[in-house]
Amino acid sequence: MKKKEVPQDDEGLQEGKLRDLCYAVDEDGNYVTVLSTGWAPKNAAMHQAWEEIHEKVEVTRQKVLVGELSMLAYFMEKNIMDLKLLAQYTGIPKRKLKKHMNPRKFQALDREILEKYAEAFTITIEELIDITRLEKAK
Amino acid sequence: MSERNNDINIDFKHHHAAHCENGVTSNLLKNHNINLSEAMVFGIGSGIFFSYMPFIKLNGLPVISFRPYPGMIFNRVCRRLGIMIQRYKFPKDPDKAMDTLDATIAQGIPCGCLVGVFHLTYFPDPYRFHFNAHNIIVYGRQGDEYLISDPIIESPVRLTYKDLKRVRYAKGTFPPKGRMYYMADIPENYDLQKAIVSGIKKTSREMLTIPIPLFGVKGIRYLARRMKKWPQRLGDRKASHYLGQVVRMLEEIGTGGAGFRFMYAAFLQEAAKELKQDWLNDCSRQMTEAGDRWREFAIIAGRIFKGRNDKDESYLAAAEILLDIAEREEKIYRQLKKIKQS
Repeated sequence: MKKKEVPQDDEGLQEGKLRDLCYAVDEDGNYVTVLSTGWAPKNAAMHQAWEEIHEKVEVTRQKVLVGELSMLAYFMEKNIMDLKLLAQYTGIPKRKLKKHMNPRKFQALDREILEKYAEAFTITIEELIDITRLEKAK
Repeated sequence: MSERNNDINIDFKHHHAAHCENGVTSNLLKNHNINLSEAMVFGIGSGIFFSYMPFIKLNGLPVISFRPYPGMIFNRVCRRLGIMIQRYKFPKDPDKAMDTLDATIAQGIPCGCLVGVFHLTYFPDPYRFHFNAHNIIVYGRQGDEYLISDPIIESPVRLTYKDLKRVRYAKGTFPPKGRMYYMADIPENYDLQKAIVSGIKKTSREMLTIPIPLFGVKGIRYLARRMKKWPQRLGDRKASHYLGQVVRMLEEIGTGGAGFRFMYAAFLQEAAKELKQDWLNDCSRQMTEAGDRWREFAIIAGRIFKGRNDKDESYLAAAEILLDIAEREEKIYRQLKKIKQS
């Protein structure tokens, strides 16, 4: 890759927080490092991965709104977790997690357990149980 | 806890790098007055590699990697330069992990830490996946905040006590368990030429002769053969996600472009100068060409994600490029295999 060919396809994915250091050759054929704000094929690959996640979150959000699943299921998907990972973060066994996916069981949980979930998702208990947020938020 | 009362600021210079592990290694070395670039560290650590393991899945996608197992580059560089590493891990004791870190930086020693990316507050959101083999350097503390050198970020950053503890105890695949390390004993003399030659030999051996066809040049050919059948075997959607995985591994996680191929070409140029062997410059040029072919592959893949091409034909074209890359890279490693110290 030539120095002047280092792509600068910024699509906001890096939020201005980071630029990739790329290795490229200058006019004399020597290697130099050049900063890049992104590259279209890479951005496309990132978008693809996120679309898949967003789809899952949206399906779960709908299920929570109609009362099929609890808020726990929504936040699990939103944090790209599965039962195994959530169990590791909270120390609550998978068998119990599955039960807590049921909205009625979830409502009956005491603060101590809710605290563990909120901690795992880095949110407050209020956010964890407030279903009205889901109606607006995507 | 008493150690947390005083601020600590080790005189440490942060250098931006493409990849975290090379960057941490290079930055720690520079701090000990061993001035080696990221590319040099990458080459000595035999950082270039290829593996395709379709039987092991991460989030339902096959594992593809352009580098060796995490930690290998750091270990090999230290071994080849004769540096002693002090390592810790604290599987069940986060408080002790933080106390030991405090005590270490209080002695003026910058400390490498293994962390998970998902909860890194200074990372852009789209990059925050559950990936647990990220390396950062802690070089000080001000009040509740730690001074952090994350090699893939342009400038130094900070993390609070709570946030640092959280990322050091990320969960999931390959949990860091509070792992930390530092360079404990630096030799006065080291043989850079010998280290370079060992690094190159190991690379050519691994890319050419691992008898399992999932690794090295054989791995690239294996991926190409499988890729031709992806659209029929997996259906359009899944096939496109498999391809997305290849491109993300190739470009996303700080490879410096083309799955480290350009970084390795930069290393070969430095090696040519250091060893005074001009033929390595020629290898560097060939490696740049191979890297350019990897980029062409990514462009075709990018068109497939966006549905702009005739699908079946594109997968065949992408796979053909991979076969050509395997051919080119094999030629390079066969030349490199013959390297000797001048």
